[in-house]
Amino acid sequence: MATAEEIAKAADRRDVRNRWYLSAPALLTIFFAAVGPLAIVLVYSFLTPGSYGDVKWQFSPEAWVSVLFERDIFDDTLSLAGAHISIFWRSVKLAIITTLITLALGFPTAYFMATRSEKTRDLWLFLITIPFWTNLLIRTFAVLQIIRNEGIVNTVLMKLGIISAPIQILYTDVAILIGMAYVYLPLMVLPVYASMEKLDFRLVEAGYDLYASRWQVLRRIIFPLVKPGVIAGSILVFIPAIGAYVTPSVLGGGKNMMLSNLIELQFGQGRNWPLGSALSITVMLIVMVALLVYVRNAGSKEMRHG
Amino acid sequence: MPEQPGKNAIEVRGVRKVFGAGEAAVAALDTVSVSIRENEFFTLLGPSGCGKTTLLRLIAGFDYPSAGEILLHGDDIALLPPFKRPVNTVFQSYALFPHMTVAENIGFGLEMLRKPKAEIKARVAEMLKLVRMEHLASRRTSQISGGQQQRVALARALAPQPKVLLLDEPLSALDYKLRKEMQIELKRLQNQTGITFIFVTHDQEEALTMSDRIAVMSAGKILQVGSPWDIYDKPADRFVADFIGETNFLTASIAGIENGKARATLKSGATIAASVADGFQPKSEATVVVRPEHAKLVKGKAELSGTVENIVYFGTDTHIHVRLDGSNDLFIVRQQNARNADCGFETGDKAGIAIGDDAAQVLRD
Ligand SMILES: Nc1ncnc2c1ncn2[C@@H]1O[C@H](COP(=O)(O)OP(=O)(O)OP(=O)(O)O)[C@@H](O)[C@H]1O
Ligand SMILES: [Mg+2]
Repeated sequence: MATAEEIAKAADRRDVRNRWYLSAPALLTIFFAAVGPLAIVLVYSFLTPGSYGDVKWQFSPEAWVSVLFERDIFDDTLSLAGAHISIFWRSVKLAIITTLITLALGFPTAYFMATRSEKTRDLWLFLITIPFWTNLLIRTFAVLQIIRNEGIVNTVLMKLGIISAPIQILYTDVAILIGMAYVYLPLMVLPVYASMEKLDFRLVEAGYDLYASRWQVLRRIIFPLVKPGVIAGSILVFIPAIGAYVTPSVLGGGKNMMLSNLIELQFGQGRNWPLGSALSITVMLIVMVALLVYVRNAGSKEMRHG
Repeated sequence: MPEQPGKNAIEVRGVRKVFGAGEAAVAALDTVSVSIRENEFFTLLGPSGCGKTTLLRLIAGFDYPSAGEILLHGDDIALLPPFKRPVNTVFQSYALFPHMTVAENIGFGLEMLRKPKAEIKARVAEMLKLVRMEHLASRRTSQISGGQQQRVALARALAPQPKVLLLDEPLSALDYKLRKEMQIELKRLQNQTGITFIFVTHDQEEALTMSDRIAVMSAGKILQVGSPWDIYDKPADRFVADFIGETNFLTASIAGIENGKARATLKSGATIAASVADGFQPKSEATVVVRPEHAKLVKGKAELSGTVENIVYFGTDTHIHVRLDGSNDLFIVRQQNARNADCGFETGDKAGIAIGDDAAQVLRD
């Protein structure tokens, strides 16, 4: 007689999902699109820079050291690389602020859409996705046209006599924030709308019935119930925002660098591919840590509710 | 019937509610007026779509009337938002907050009223005890049964001690046995708390057994308001008589109205006494109703005669369907069952139907 273990093994063998050749396409995709490139970046980060770009196949931890430290060219002592750290900090800060702005704008937008009649909802959804049809670069230049010194914002404000000289918005952090918030807003609206649409609005009525004001209903009922959408939206905005390249280079004017601009510098003018690789991996680590902290916090609040 | 305004918990005066506009406009409530007394178990009864929920939502404040006013203890509340009305609702779907525990759900209203923590705790414990849910206080509301959810919804609405409790078909999702239990429990709670209950149902039996007074609604109008006894025994019009219980409708010519009684001559030629509501002047030709349990099937001749067509056994009683001679209408007689004895008739038998002195009623239609 077969033991339970044997039966389980036989069932396992029969299970079509366990035949390796059927999973080959998926495994190949994962290898060539995700694990492989990452492994190359990791290996490069431990090599020595070549003199005209590229790398020399010679082990060196130097790239990782210079992610955070500067080596004094005279006495070889290490000191913290202030420039790098301030760029890290700027990037994280701008990404967080972008996430908050898109949340502040996207949440009411999603609420508005979810409370429309079923027929018109699709139209609103369609309008939200229209910007996706246009190239990112073009959208960014459109923002540039609006906020530059001779742009529509400054022109109108000056014509109205509110300001006498144009406000310098372009090439500041504010410009980068405006650009990123505009570009990533749909990424916040869509997931928040998706959970908002599933919200049972009778619960909102029940809240009002039990003496909750509008603000309390929002905070105690709507927000906890659409939190999965808010978490998803925040992740979707934060990750591309921290690695944004086009928007900060066009609107920040190269003065106000973000991480991607710094990385690009290493592969271009800097001719330091190992440092570029090490910085790339650092970005990934920052994102990972940020997500862990964020999701854990969001989750524990959920637990407190019940 | 004139009523003292001070004694009324809720007064609805000439309220209309129109949904949509122009061509598509629907009058969900068509000039409804009704007064609900303090500490009353008041039921809105009517078929699906007659406007029961709409009226309840206007009282709760989720919708605003197109015309008319709603008074709570004499104050017009028609334009107050729901969170400013001392009225709570038990929703048809319960609408419990899924991200909170049973206890948090019950305490929510008190928390919003900014009651002190200790008071909330005590009141929640009291409510849990009242609905017998102490053992499940810290469960999520998605992890309890339908009947338990219903009790939590009830406790949540009762906790802030509203002046009026609105219940929208709270028992419709429950199975028969649980529904019977909850009916008794609701009655007990109403007696214990002294809160005015406005209860919505389309189950006439539920309405008759639980209510102090019933309003029968149809197509956005209130047709009759009265005690269960009034509604059942003195239906004002054809719709009410038909909607509540089973009824036999007979056409008769009316003559000699005196002391609320008329002589009604049926098609069979027999004349019976039929009661007429106060102040109602029936035409010479009118409809007379006789409840199945107020008629008696006899072997010999009686007011009506016919052929037994069908015998339906119901456990406590038997319904005998008789095809009337002459008019060819169906007449139903209900007989109490006795132990070890059948009803005494068989399909195809000729039988007479005796209608007692107090059994018939002339309808307004
Ligand atoms: N928001 C709305 N928009 C348009 N019409 C509505 C709306 N709400 C209700 N109605 C209409 O008003 C009428 C009364 O509806 P209501 O919900 O009050 O019925 P009800 O008596 O509660 O029925 P049920 O027993 O099925 O719950 C119906 O014809 C319904 O279609
Ligand atoms: Mg209803």
